Amino acid sequence: MNKLNPTQIAWRAAQDIADGAYVNLGIGLPELVARFQPPGRQAIFHTENGILGFGEAPAAGQEDWDLINAGKKAVTLNPGTAFFHHADSFAMVRGGHLDVAILGAYEVAENGDLANWSTGPKGVPAVGGAMDLVHGAKRVAVITDHITKDGNAKLVKRCTLPLTGVQCVTRIYTSLALIDIEDAHFVLREKLSSISLDELQALTGAELHVVGAVADLIVPDV
Amino acid sequence: MDKTIASLREAVSGIEDGMTVMIGGFGGSGAPIELIHALIDRFVQTGHPTNLTVVNNNAGNGHVGLAGLIEQGMVSKLICSFPRSADPRVFTDLYLAGKIELELVPQGTLAERIRAGGAGIPAFYTPTGYGTDLAKGKPVEEFEGRPYIRERWLKADFALVKAHLGDTFGNLTFNKAARNFNPLMCMAAQTTIAQVSCIVRPGDIDPETVVSPGIFVQGLVEVAEPVQEETLNRANAVYPGVVQ
Repeated sequence: MNKLNPTQIAWRAAQDIADGAYVNLGIGLPELVARFQPPGRQAIFHTENGILGFGEAPAAGQEDWDLINAGKKAVTLNPGTAFFHHADSFAMVRGGHLDVAILGAYEVAENGDLANWSTGPKGVPAVGGAMDLVHGAKRVAVITDHITKDGNAKLVKRCTLPLTGVQCVTRIYTSLALIDIEDAHFVLREKLSSISLDELQALTGAELHVVGAVADLIVPDV
Repeated sequence: MDKTIASLREAVSGIEDGMTVMIGGFGGSGAPIELIHALIDRFVQTGHPTNLTVVNNNAGNGHVGLAGLIEQGMVSKLICSFPRSADPRVFTDLYLAGKIELELVPQGTLAERIRAGGAGIPAFYTPTGYGTDLAKGKPVEEFEGRPYIRERWLKADFALVKAHLGDTFGNLTFNKAARNFNPLMCMAAQTTIAQVSCIVRPGDIDPETVVSPGIFVQGLVEVAEPVQEETLNRANAVYPGVVQ
């Protein structure tokens, strides 16, 4: 089946970030979003451990281990950076000051519930800042494959895994489609032209609503 | 007034069995590795302190710093948000064997609980965690139509922090993102010990740039060239030498 690769999903998410937006990108796949800011727009990236305005990774050997992101990876600074302690950092998060948080997901429910921190009681639980981010940013978006590696739906009626937050997700960028959550429904906005609505519905665990036109999801080879 | 402590050994001498110790840092950044290693040295020599409750964002990485402290068996409980790292085996093995207790706290809640502890605020309401497993047993209240859960302050007997400059009054500056939890922990402990790269005279730090005012800091010890946890781990270091 034709689908977007993770970098392409990140590219699509990046197109919705406005000039001047304050943005938090989750560890892993969401970090790719920073690579694809459209020309003429400049977002300011926030990291939980106390930096606004960090830049790309330094060259190997140039790392400063007091200058890392939430994933503990070395970063560089852009002009206009600010440092702050953890309480201020999460005041930015919970206080509604971030414009967008983009996170990964195990499951997203049609009512906006998100599960992305625990796959069950086995192993060591770890939550980090995800539960704070989902209740603070003005817009909480998810980027994810449309289905799991085993072919199960990740977009579901109700989450079965432990929740990160309730009714918090507003937009989902998947490998097949762009879906908004409105009034506890999945509303299909864009889909790959190579997949039919019926095929997409079969891969989705709750009803896809169509309100107006569904645009083609068009992403360059990145 | 001079809060300078002559040695790392002396700096950690007041920490006793069963105490709660906040340790600054986010991963290796801002982690007071030399103070932690001094505490391990004391344990190796005397068998104390043990049965510690440690508050940190993480659970150590590799076999140095906080991971070294845990590997010695000195820690009975960890309060943290993210007990994973590139090499989390020390904590993971003890946790899965039931030999260390974990209190998992969302990162922003952890920060605010520590801040509240330092600010004399016994509890507060936050949206974070509402409706999740981490909210179980916590009181819920609605404000302006949204549900919030009540969280309690966190305080400690000691805080071990890492700063950049410290004057002899205890005023501190930090290096870049090594600030993280350190200024909050300075506030929340009965006794805060800071390792700093350079101890300077009062007046040598521009008051406009002080991050942690000296009132929150009880002792300072100079570690001129602190090691970074990441550097030790890339060299596969183990502290103190071979364990077991």
